[in-house]
Amino acid sequence: MDLKFLDFEQPIAELEAKITELRNVEFDNKINISDALKQLEERSQALTESIFSNLSDWQISQLSRHPGRPYTLDYVEHIFTDFHELHGDRAYADDPAIVCGLARLDGLPVMIIGHQKGRDTKEKIYRNFGMPRPEGYRKALRVMKMAERFKIPVICLIDTPGAYPGIGAEERGQSEAIARNLFEMAKLKTPVICTIIGEGGSGGALAIGVGDRLIMLEYSTYSVISPEGCASILWKSADKSQLAAEAMGITSDRVREQGFLDEVVREPLGGGHRNFKIIALNLKEALSRHLAELKDQDVDVLLETRYQRIMSFGVYIEEAGK
Amino acid sequence: MSWFEKLLPTTIRTERSSKRGTVPEGLWTKCPGCNAILYNTELERNLSVCPKCEHHMRISARTRLDMFLDEEGREEIGKHIKPVDPLKFKDTKKYKDRIVQAQKQTKENDALIVMKGQLKGNDIVVAAFDFKFMGGSMGSVVGERFVRGVNKSVELGIPFIVFTSSGGARMQESLFSLFQMAKTSAALTKLSEAGIPYISFMTDPTMGGVSASLAMLGDINIAEPNALIGFAGPRVIEQTVREKLPEGFQRSEFLQEHGAIDMIVDRREMCNKVSSILTLLMANRVKTPASNITLLMPIEAVENASDQE
Repeated sequence: MDLKFLDFEQPIAELEAKITELRNVEFDNKINISDALKQLEERSQALTESIFSNLSDWQISQLSRHPGRPYTLDYVEHIFTDFHELHGDRAYADDPAIVCGLARLDGLPVMIIGHQKGRDTKEKIYRNFGMPRPEGYRKALRVMKMAERFKIPVICLIDTPGAYPGIGAEERGQSEAIARNLFEMAKLKTPVICTIIGEGGSGGALAIGVGDRLIMLEYSTYSVISPEGCASILWKSADKSQLAAEAMGITSDRVREQGFLDEVVREPLGGGHRNFKIIALNLKEALSRHLAELKDQDVDVLLETRYQRIMSFGVYIEEAGK
Repeated sequence: MSWFEKLLPTTIRTERSSKRGTVPEGLWTKCPGCNAILYNTELERNLSVCPKCEHHMRISARTRLDMFLDEEGREEIGKHIKPVDPLKFKDTKKYKDRIVQAQKQTKENDALIVMKGQLKGNDIVVAAFDFKFMGGSMGSVVGERFVRGVNKSVELGIPFIVFTSSGGARMQESLFSLFQMAKTSAALTKLSEAGIPYISFMTDPTMGGVSASLAMLGDINIAEPNALIGFAGPRVIEQTVREKLPEGFQRSEFLQEHGAIDMIVDRREMCNKVSSILTLLMANRVKTPASNITLLMPIEAVENASDQE
């Protein structure tokens, strides 16, 4: 089994392995089998298309956490220029699970705030698997307030399984840190554009997810609890994660149907991890467009629109006279 | 089953085993804290606090409001707002059925009740969570009612108090419920801008999405003794960190020690305490002209406001 591929992608993995093998044969023996190769490549492409045109919610949920998926710092590299990382909450620590920094988008100054996961084991642990502690959220808030002072738009890139459920995190007020961000972001006097780039895990995602725009990448997810968590609570069994993923409607298409999204950014065939450049380009185009719409808006209008947007969340019926 | 019971015909057998440990309903209550058997009338007189061990028992939202508010001039806010099932959510049971079941069990429409009323003669708006209604979970109705309560507070310039008791966001409403965290927190910015006090009174338990939004944003954060308050549940934390949690972890006393709450207040003192704090906070308050405050005002609120003038 090729670990770069998810279980449902294994047929593609096998074809790709064959192609690589043939290439090596061609190289070693200096014979021309380019026709055969081309055919195989076309088959691989067609197979990928057919598998990816019919993904289940659970498969998309797996893609959103694909180990090869581009993370915040990959987008920083491909989309932004002049990046200066800013560390620390000025009170307790620097949390590597959230990356903050000043940068430019098409020359315009922006403040980037994003969850960061690790690639190899060592970095995964260093980044705490993208699960922030209170100091991460407080760092994010600190730089948001700075961005507000200097009239710099904020760009949030969301990709976390959730806020870290640990002893120290509770001691230092995980709840308060998240709540404070929700409160402050609702009235931050500068444009805020939020994008789910991978996993949008509950309160840990929302804590840097309140703003004027909400964008999701095609194979990202956004949910109130992880499918595993939901399954273990409601079905009393983590094996029902697939059912939970479908019931909650967590994929970009389902979230758009629920009316929360401004845009779904399309990913290259096979997912963003197959081609960082294309997915970054697509995201950049979307970010620039939304930023252009927002950056010259009157602050009062911006805040009122944002407030009304937040107040519109929720569905209920109102029957008077009963 | 003992040999003697086996000899008895089935019609004579009494189902003793299933009832063992429970006390006949209606008259007596067993304290979950010290196992003392308490006479209900006495317990109610003591505001459902065990007279032996001071354990604060969970109480319904309506009971709480009854204890807290003066009898005169109560007016429920947003009571006609009712839950729907936007996702046709179904786990082992349909969400719709769960709602109906909870409504029958609690005689409430959803997990939050909001009232305008008086505390020792002073106007206030109070919201209380009902833990018995699907674990006090926050869905669209809870969020909307909370916001209406806040708006009423802002409109009338009177304090807002919430009694929380909730397991967190309501999973069956997925993102609709997650975003209530943003909605309730955003509404509170209007209270803050208007210079109106907001007191968050956390009771057992206050977890997850409710803890990580409206509960922790009080000008004054208060907790009842020994209430479980936190972001992640103890079991989740234990599974994540793989160590035993310290004694008293995530209890009110722990939160006070770590600076998350201002004080722990005994239920029997809540009216006095909240009332005197509010009197202090309101004493020098400069009223913000209503025209400077933008808010979403429900139509009924506008009508009521004009009635009073």
